[in-house]
Amino acid sequence: MSSSDGSHAPRHPHLAGHFDTIEKQDYAARLGMWLFLGTEVLLFAGLFLGYTVYRHFYHETFHHCSRALSLNLGATNTVILITSSLFVAVAYWAVKVNKKGFALFMLALTILCAIAFLCIKYVEYRHKFQVGELPGKFFHAEELMQYPAANMYFTIYFLTTGLHAFHVIVGMSVLIWVAKGIWKGRYTPDYYVPVELGALYWHLVDLVWIFLFPLLYLI
Amino acid sequence: MSQQSPASQHNGDNPVYPTVNYLNADRGVKSWLLTLDHKRIAVMYFVSVLVMFLVGGIFAMAVRLELLTPGPTIMGANTYNRMFTLHGVVMIFMFMIPAIPGVFGNFCMPLMLGAKDVAFPKLNLLSLYLYWTGSILAISAIVGGGLDTGWTFYPPYSTSTPMTAFPALLGVFILGFSSILTGLNFIVTIHTLRAPGLTWMRMQLFVWAIYATSIIQVLATPVIGLTVMLVGIEKVAGFGLFDATKGGDPVLFQHFFWFYSHPAVYIMVLPSMGVVSDAVAAFARKNVFGYKMIAYSSLGIAFVGFFAWGHHMFVSGQSPFDNGAFAVISMFVGVFTAIKVFNWVGTLYRGAILVSAPFLYICGFLFFVVFGGMTGIAVATVSLDVHWHDTYFVVAHFHFIMVGAVIMGFLIAIHYWFPKMFGRKYHEGWGMVAASFIILGFIATFIPQFLAGNAGMPRRYYMYPERFQALNVASTAGASLLAIGFVIIAIYLIYALLRGEIAGDNPWNSKGIEWLTTSPPDKHNFPKPIVVTQDPHSYQQPGEEVEHVVI
Repeated sequence: MSSSDGSHAPRHPHLAGHFDTIEKQDYAARLGMWLFLGTEVLLFAGLFLGYTVYRHFYHETFHHCSRALSLNLGATNTVILITSSLFVAVAYWAVKVNKKGFALFMLALTILCAIAFLCIKYVEYRHKFQVGELPGKFFHAEELMQYPAANMYFTIYFLTTGLHAFHVIVGMSVLIWVAKGIWKGRYTPDYYVPVELGALYWHLVDLVWIFLFPLLYLI
Repeated sequence: MSQQSPASQHNGDNPVYPTVNYLNADRGVKSWLLTLDHKRIAVMYFVSVLVMFLVGGIFAMAVRLELLTPGPTIMGANTYNRMFTLHGVVMIFMFMIPAIPGVFGNFCMPLMLGAKDVAFPKLNLLSLYLYWTGSILAISAIVGGGLDTGWTFYPPYSTSTPMTAFPALLGVFILGFSSILTGLNFIVTIHTLRAPGLTWMRMQLFVWAIYATSIIQVLATPVIGLTVMLVGIEKVAGFGLFDATKGGDPVLFQHFFWFYSHPAVYIMVLPSMGVVSDAVAAFARKNVFGYKMIAYSSLGIAFVGFFAWGHHMFVSGQSPFDNGAFAVISMFVGVFTAIKVFNWVGTLYRGAILVSAPFLYICGFLFFVVFGGMTGIAVATVSLDVHWHDTYFVVAHFHFIMVGAVIMGFLIAIHYWFPKMFGRKYHEGWGMVAASFIILGFIATFIPQFLAGNAGMPRRYYMYPERFQALNVASTAGASLLAIGFVIIAIYLIYALLRGEIAGDNPWNSKGIEWLTTSPPDKHNFPKPIVVTQDPHSYQQPGEEVEHVVI
């Protein structure tokens, strides 16, 4: 109970009343974030299960429909997202070593990557709408109609990439909020856990896409 | 007890009501609605789940009244469908899942850890607001727009019913978020905020049960969130994910749904088992028999519960191999539950039993868990379940094991911790009268349903052949006894709240850490930091006699 009431050492300005030490509070925040990431993985796991089941039912159809996606756009997006993960990791390091300007620059690049990803996704979606490669009852792409349940592939495609795109937007908002904190000097080498949590979330967004890309575009 | 002396004088001749406590430290509506104090959040959960219980109970009584006669009694088929849907949705998502974790997990768990609050107090308040939002949305949607799918939302019916399912599904989705955040908060709290000396093996068993529950909440709830969202999208946009005419598979929905909703049964019942583990020691004045076994079997139930979901789908076209596998895994839940039951009975054996309302509920709990558990093993047997599937036998089974156990645990918790929460005692005599009404009423309500189901009465119909009428009348009569019991409880608890005898710090002479502070506790929980030096529930040292006390 050495530092419990702060009478010996000055109390850390970000330490909440119900924690004894800042280390314990940081540990709690990290544990909470990892658990939250676990729930996110389980949220996507349901859709991945759906993909597995319908790929098993309609193997040929899924094979042919995945050829209808643009491999170039998908690959570009993969590269963009992986690069953005590097940027955010560097930004985290920069906050830790007190390079505020560099950290902000790296976060700006991350957010630009996110915007680029969404723009490319928009181009892909627009094309799908034009040719009628849409889920369920909206499906009317004639060249794919010969395959049974081709609409099912696009149901899965839109649900997974749609949920992922939603997470990209959320992740972007989180990073903008983190950048604002760095800008205002709230996060320093003494207190950088929120930056770490934001970066972790962004890595999850990236990781989900790393699984979606081969499943939807490559195989 | 050598841990810490209580804040004010020890109870006994002169129980003290602390003039400043968490209830009156801050005043005004805003100080409640924006509070970050886990105890106030718990009190708000308490009021909310009681309102939900009343709402769900009214719908249950409507269902029972309709079934009083074989033909239409007080409502038509559509209204009846909406009534049992409301009853199920409200009782499961808005009462049983948040009841014990939301109220007593929030109130007692940080106290039992010797902590000042939960790890993330703001997140805790957010959970409560999500719970309110989800509940209001779902109930207003079901009452206004109507929903007749039952609480299980099975497609293709849920996606083709003319009623507007979407807002109700959204409400359940939001309630799921509330549940996830509560679970996440509790896990982090138990990991990080234990007092010095409070090792894992010194935690009270209620904390262990809450820990196991939280793991299920965090891991299973995202899947129901996704599932109800997919049904909502189906309903609005017709993507065909569960629509066989578009190549979809309705059984896939059932897998999604039960992957959450089977473990959800343990989200409901595990906290209740935790309450019993704590209370059984306090009301037998004895150390818990088999502490480690009770603690680990909670984790065992949480683990096995994840792999048992297929027993809801024995007649949905699962392969015989899957059926057999799910049946055997389901029976393992019975093994872990039996470990607990034997240890509770072992704790009671040769204890100095304190006959009181909580003790009567402990007895009721043991009966319902054993009887409900045994019928659970029976319905997990594939060949028997094919006969009983979708009959009142299954309805009676899950009301015994889920509702019986949860209500008993909730009532034990209310009576055991009421003095701690509000600093006053309830009337023990009336408490035992109400307990008798409730336990006997519960048995009278659901034993006839076992018999009716076994004779072939299907669930979810508002009419039935005349030969089932005697059993249904008996069931409705039992439900009235239950209602009377709850009215008695409401009256004496409200009286106790206003005029009850001052309880003092530790009226039960319990060894739980939560009793080391004043009743009601201070805003910051403990006047002095807690240091734990003893094993949990240690009513005697080795070799010591059981101490008889008179309260």
